[in-house]
Amino acid sequence: MIDARELTKRYGSTVAVDGLSFEVRGGHVTGFLGPNGAGKSTTMRMMLGLDHPTEGSVLIDGTPYGQLKHPLRKVGALLDAKAVHGGRTARDHLLCLAQSNGIPASRVTEVLAVTGLTEVARRRVGGFSLGMSQRLGIAAALLGDPEILLFDEPVNGLDPEGILWIRTLMRNLAAEGRTVFVSSHLMSEMAQTADHLIVIGKGRLIADTSTAEFISRSSQGYVRVRSPRLPDLARLLDGATGDGTAGGRAGDGTAGDRAAGVTLHGDHLRVTGMTAAAVGEAAAGAGLALHELAEVAPSLEAAYMELTRESTEYAGAGEGAERGRTREDGEYEDGEYMEVTS
Amino acid sequence: MTGVLRSEWTKIRSVRSTVWTLLVAVVLMVGFGLLIAASTANLGERSALTDSTMISLSGSAFASLAMATLGVLAVGGEYRTGMIRTTLLAVPGRLRMLAAKTAVVAAVAFSVSLAASFASFFAGQAVLGDKAARLGDPGVLRAVVGAALLITATGVFGLALGALIRHIPGAIVAVIGLVFVLPQMTNLLPGEWGDTLQRYFTTNAGNQITYTRVAEGQLAPWTGFAVYCAWIAVTLAAAAVLLRRRDA
Repeated sequence: MIDARELTKRYGSTVAVDGLSFEVRGGHVTGFLGPNGAGKSTTMRMMLGLDHPTEGSVLIDGTPYGQLKHPLRKVGALLDAKAVHGGRTARDHLLCLAQSNGIPASRVTEVLAVTGLTEVARRRVGGFSLGMSQRLGIAAALLGDPEILLFDEPVNGLDPEGILWIRTLMRNLAAEGRTVFVSSHLMSEMAQTADHLIVIGKGRLIADTSTAEFISRSSQGYVRVRSPRLPDLARLLDGATGDGTAGGRAGDGTAGDRAAGVTLHGDHLRVTGMTAAAVGEAAAGAGLALHELAEVAPSLEAAYMELTRESTEYAGAGEGAERGRTREDGEYEDGEYMEVTS
Repeated sequence: MTGVLRSEWTKIRSVRSTVWTLLVAVVLMVGFGLLIAASTANLGERSALTDSTMISLSGSAFASLAMATLGVLAVGGEYRTGMIRTTLLAVPGRLRMLAAKTAVVAAVAFSVSLAASFASFFAGQAVLGDKAARLGDPGVLRAVVGAALLITATGVFGLALGALIRHIPGAIVAVIGLVFVLPQMTNLLPGEWGDTLQRYFTTNAGNQITYTRVAEGQLAPWTGFAVYCAWIAVTLAAAAVLLRRRDA
């Protein structure tokens, strides 16, 4: 178990991490989520004793990382796959790490096989592709057969095959009862791997909750409807959502305190607070033809955007904030996730 | 600690730069010794030959620079590539890591430079013919082993400066300045304090161990070497304090 308490890191007047407290438990994948610059990497470096916290502490099963006798046997970490000496072979790189923690050389052979690097074990790692470097970093993390694994943005820059491989690996590690803590700025990635989420923005904790709860609590689906008589339909639905006769909410009724309403988006309407069935009934009752009627499920990405919009570094900076909204609209349009790469 | 030492040994033997810097150190040591010995022998009676041991060890200063490069690369290479973070994940005790690295660099440097020192002594004496010194002559064995100690110490100096500056070109410039350029410049300093500073300045003190006779106005061989080691120890201590305090 990892226990972070009141973790704070200041660089001069800049606060990178601000009084962060959370726990990471074993047996599932915990996603550590936040926009770029939110303080994820700084937090992870502090967890691993590389950076000194200005205040607060992190304990790994009750002990600070720096005091672990053979840390690689307790915690495996992948921070930066390119943080290796390019002139060394993959085997020698792993061997020097193994020796420092009293891990037998036979284990090096094992992790090379697990990560599919046996064939290139005698090649210098400077010539490795990003995907191969990532595998080597994971081999190093697995070296000591640790109970706790930390991965910082492990899928960044990987091809779909590599992403799938890492996803499966993390799931399997968690299924074995290990603690898996993985950071990402990609909500869609976390949606597919993490069971639990710790969301931070500007160094502060925004949410610490299960992934399912996170989606349902912070976002809401809607009904998309198109009609040749859009203004009439809008007026009709406006009345219906307003007077409480709407007959059920969109999504699965977890939208909570969201206001119901109808908004015009180009050639279609977005209706919240009504099910698609209720919208269809209402339109039929008024004799209005519909060209499209669809329920759009709440997206994790949208929930994340909504939560972190306040806390992104560029929030409110005009163009940046505007772009954020457009991107979100794009996802609603497609009715599914859009990879946000930056 | 043995595990950490083995790890550092694996690291140093598994990069090509180690082989190259050691090879350059040996070639400079033996090559320079032979060259100076040969030209002295050619001058025949006209040569003002005073210390034939010293002549055969002329390459020490250059070999020292090559060894300092090995020291700089041993730690600076980790900062350049980011490997230092991986290293500190495996060995979070930073002083333990620095101590192991220092021990391994010193051991490698000493074994290679000792062989090179003896090789250049015997090769040089062979060229010098009838003016040749013998290992049993006063101060000769101490000078030959001393040259290896000087080269080893400079290798550790390089490591200390690499750990302090964390940047390979910067550390190499610092090495060249501290063991090569500044010691010469202290000759220009005026007055009594200038002489004292000259005498105690890094390699001006350290070089004394490679001479069979005490040069006029300079420190005794072992005293001089001890002073040089003190310079290195202070640098290493500063590096250790900062290594503990700084974020990796």
